[in-house]
Amino acid sequence: MKGKARKARDAGLVERRTLLDERGVGDALARMAGEILARQSDPRALVLVGVRTGGVPLAQRLQKLVAARTEHAPALGVLDITLYRDDVFVGLPRPEVGPTELPGTLEGQVVVLVDDVLFTGRTTRAALVELMDYGRPRQVQLAVLVDRGWRELPIAPDYVGLAVETTREQTVRVHLRETGAPADRVVLLEQGP
Amino acid sequence: MTGEALFPHRHLLGIEPLGREDLVTILDLADQMAKISERAIKRVPTLRGKTVINMFMEASTRTRTSFEIAGKRLSADVINFSSSGSSTEKGETLLDTAKNLMAMHPDVIVMRSNASGAASFIARNVGAAVVNAGDGMHEHPTQALLDAATIRKHKGRIEGLTVAILGDIAHSRVARSNVLALGKLGARVRLAGPRTLLPLGLEGLGPGPVEVFDRVEPAIEGADVVMVLRLQKERMSAGLIPNTREYSRYFGLNAARLALAKPDAIVMHPGPINRGVELDPGLADGARSVILDQVSMGVAVRMAVLYLLAGPSPSEDHPS
Repeated sequence: MKGKARKARDAGLVERRTLLDERGVGDALARMAGEILARQSDPRALVLVGVRTGGVPLAQRLQKLVAARTEHAPALGVLDITLYRDDVFVGLPRPEVGPTELPGTLEGQVVVLVDDVLFTGRTTRAALVELMDYGRPRQVQLAVLVDRGWRELPIAPDYVGLAVETTREQTVRVHLRETGAPADRVVLLEQGP
Repeated sequence: MTGEALFPHRHLLGIEPLGREDLVTILDLADQMAKISERAIKRVPTLRGKTVINMFMEASTRTRTSFEIAGKRLSADVINFSSSGSSTEKGETLLDTAKNLMAMHPDVIVMRSNASGAASFIARNVGAAVVNAGDGMHEHPTQALLDAATIRKHKGRIEGLTVAILGDIAHSRVARSNVLALGKLGARVRLAGPRTLLPLGLEGLGPGPVEVFDRVEPAIEGADVVMVLRLQKERMSAGLIPNTREYSRYFGLNAARLALAKPDAIVMHPGPINRGVELDPGLADGARSVILDQVSMGVAVRMAVLYLLAGPSPSEDHPS
């Protein structure tokens, strides 16, 4: 969801509070990069795959942070899960398909899926299904900047920037410089009065 | 995102019942679907568990294959049912055949027939969504849609373009569907062919301006798109044209005639080509030919149509 569609969906929503400011986003990602590295027995087998669209800039940042700590920059991939979602007919009638680009083979690799917000888990499920279409990674892990709860599927993240309690009706929005925001910021929105 | 349906039609029987908005919806969706065909894994699970029956009562390998690939790229189960060797030759009526197919619970029936109105007849009598894949001399809507999608891809727009359609206009469902689609999308349409293959009243066929010529040169002059129709061999035996050599000399598209069009004009053909009859082989393979793009867009357009018809109408909103 982006552009006009996002603006339409955000209409009527007001900002409740800032969950992470620019410094908070930076600290969270740095800590996640360290945790990701600490869990790899072979950093050369690591592949960071951003889930379009929100996960893509985050995967790029994690790649830089990981590369700064090792001599080896992990491979980067992009996964577009449009049309893989099980609610494609109820929630996303006008799909915007983006590119899916995965580096070479996934056989024997450790894939870390990167997304901005973990909510129902349906996006992650779709990403897992699509990933398996491309090959058989040795392991798949999940990194999210924000875990806001309300899972509808048995999916749990391996690396979390911030876990926050929300109500079902609230919205968590991640603004990043890469996508035109003046500064990195994660905000909690809710329906205005 | 709640409220009106993305595509408020149960069937795709022709271009005629569609509005401009419907056409744009299909073309936009086709552009998205085209990206799936460019991936390493050319399949998404969107129509998993849905059944599409290709019911082809008239031979057409490429259209059937295109629908088959489209269905499979969306993970639908696609079953081909062709007339040759089937029960239709044993005297079963179209309605009996349709009822038997319905007993297998398909979600979509793709229907090709040499009888005008066959798809509409099936649509009235079965519970599935029906796509007309060409019915007699009536309509061939997915061909017109793929032509429009190809033009839009190459020209960036359709509105305001001049499109010349050359050949057997009288017997062509492709021409008819194209006149309707291009007119609704704002193009100026010119039709040209031998007088025996130009029925009266063509000027009033489209929703937009339609000009008719009994020579091809004035139709091609200044055109942005030159679309050449296939000349069916039966037209000769019916006495409507003398022979293919004479047809080629007076009505075929060659380099000299194409030079009358705009310098960046594109050449289209719905296939299969009679090389050297309606189209010079050099042009068919030339830099201005977009004929193979038409084939690629055909799969994308049919994916879009199956997506719109096979799923339940999108009505409720859902959180991500």
